[in-house]
Amino acid sequence: MTGGVILIILYTIALFAGFIAPYRYDHNDTDNSFHPPNWPRLHQFHLVVARYGSDNDFHYQAVANDTKPLRFFVHGDNFTLFGFIPCSIHLFGTGDDQYPTYLFGADQYGRDIFTRLLYGSQISLSIGIVGIVLSFVFGLMIGGISGYFSGATDTVIMRFCELIMSIPALYLIISLRNAFPPDMSSAKVYAMIIIILSFIGWASMARVIRGMTLSLREQQYVLAARSIGQSHLRVIVRHILPNTFSYVIVAATLSVPYYILGEVVLSFLGVGIQEPFASWGNMLTEAQDPNFLQRYPWLLAPGAAIFVTVLAFNFLGDGLRDAADTKSL
Amino acid sequence: MNLLEIKNLKMDFGKNAEAARAIDGVSIGIGEGETVCLVGESGCGKTVTALSIARLVPTPPAHYVDGEILLNGKDVLKMSQRELLQIRGGVVSYVFQEPGAALNPVFRVGNQIMESLKLHRPEKATKDEVIRLLKLVGIPAPESRIRNYPFEMSGGMQQRVMIAMALASEPKLLVADEPTTALDVTIQAQILELLSELKQRLGMAILLITHNLGIVGDMADRVAVMYAGQVVELAPARELLRRPLHPYTKALMASVPKLHGGAERLSAIPGNVPRIGNFPTGCRFAPRCPIAKPECSDKNPELVQVEPGRFVRCPFWKS
Repeated sequence: MTGGVILIILYTIALFAGFIAPYRYDHNDTDNSFHPPNWPRLHQFHLVVARYGSDNDFHYQAVANDTKPLRFFVHGDNFTLFGFIPCSIHLFGTGDDQYPTYLFGADQYGRDIFTRLLYGSQISLSIGIVGIVLSFVFGLMIGGISGYFSGATDTVIMRFCELIMSIPALYLIISLRNAFPPDMSSAKVYAMIIIILSFIGWASMARVIRGMTLSLREQQYVLAARSIGQSHLRVIVRHILPNTFSYVIVAATLSVPYYILGEVVLSFLGVGIQEPFASWGNMLTEAQDPNFLQRYPWLLAPGAAIFVTVLAFNFLGDGLRDAADTKSL
Repeated sequence: MNLLEIKNLKMDFGKNAEAARAIDGVSIGIGEGETVCLVGESGCGKTVTALSIARLVPTPPAHYVDGEILLNGKDVLKMSQRELLQIRGGVVSYVFQEPGAALNPVFRVGNQIMESLKLHRPEKATKDEVIRLLKLVGIPAPESRIRNYPFEMSGGMQQRVMIAMALASEPKLLVADEPTTALDVTIQAQILELLSELKQRLGMAILLITHNLGIVGDMADRVAVMYAGQVVELAPARELLRRPLHPYTKALMASVPKLHGGAERLSAIPGNVPRIGNFPTGCRFAPRCPIAKPECSDKNPELVQVEPGRFVRCPFWKS
């Protein structure tokens, strides 16, 4: 259940990203390009933040004895909490750009990586959930119909699923992406990524559900439901699909990482979420350059975030499977 | 006019060359408030006949070749999908053999009864009505029971819930397909008692499918004995039990163990039930019949009325 706890923490942070992050996602400070991580230190019972000086080649050095105390609930950049409450209070900060609080350092444009990580988590984490919901609703419905009616309907639907599954996913993603105009707003790109990933994801789900439906429809309660006058659709939705849920919940949890990684891949290739908006994928784009990586390893922070999230989902999925599977102990 | 009138029903499984006739010319009528028993060995077509009343046999593989099923004077075989949904539950309800399997394991029993109410009596789809129905079928403490899942109940309770579900839509005809086979003997008696009591109170007709002749005497007004997809004898229950005419019925009754019979060997019908699609030519019971004559294998006899209300498919019923 560790996975579950980690995920709850991650999602809570994502929800309050604007408040917890000390800056706004597009707050840049070109004087501080590639600023190293700058953790507050304890100094005479106060948390203090040091000022860094730099030469022209982005070599930073902490300036001795030049610190400013870290303050909480500090006034800073404007943002909207939950997308509609305008707000400018941040959890922590110094209130002075000379003393930046870059927990995970800064990127090429002097933007706080920690801040962008939080804003990116809103996209990366929600894409997994929304994508799963979308593709599973499709997969459940289509798999249910296919298995329930069987015969010709089943054959047609299943061959179509296999067609989709036989196309290498990455090529399909990229070609589908190219079917949309390149200069789309970020909201549209977000929706598009979800649609593309769901479009690929539903087929394998539909196939498993179809198999389960084939066996479930022979159950007597299906006949009983029909005998009191329930329509085919109602029998599928009310009586067959709920019986697959113990499997579906586990499968859904285990396939969330697929969607998160899908977004990362698309953004990494530059066809996903566009700058200046942050997503874990497009943040990693900067880490492509080995020179940068060698000198500024903190650019890999989004990679660590992805790693932790994916691992947490897998742990949660495994835990759920053990809980749902009554046959093995 | 009878509530239900099945006339010369013929149904195949499969098509063309592979077609196997599962029901071959079955005719049964059920009047309002009447209880009819359908008796026969496994695989003789009892269940398929019963499911046909609401067209619940999936087509394909099944398909109806001939005959009609008149429910309230309307042919079920010609009904549209919408009309079928109306009569299922609305006019005819079913109670199945295994209550544990016939209730959906993931829903509370109260919700399952509610489903039936919502479909057929939406104005009565309330918690109170569900409780009233559970009380009607004799479930103690229905207020708390409606929140139970099926697996939290015993087999007898589950069957009572099934009956409540079937009754929720106030059907004119209740088809009970071996409702007691999966239950132990004391519960069997309780369920049957409940059925006859409900029949008295609500005035509905019952089609009871069973292979237990012991039940027939208690419950039935009339009995139809089926063998290999055909009705071989149709008679008022009392007379049939007292004086069976068809050799198959006689053999069936001889194989019921008697309480005061002593220790003689229990008689069984020799041979096996013929497989569907592979029925013998001529009389279908002839290969197993103790009084079979050579001509029995030539032509399948018709079901003829031999006495008022008594039909037999055997020309040698007198012997």
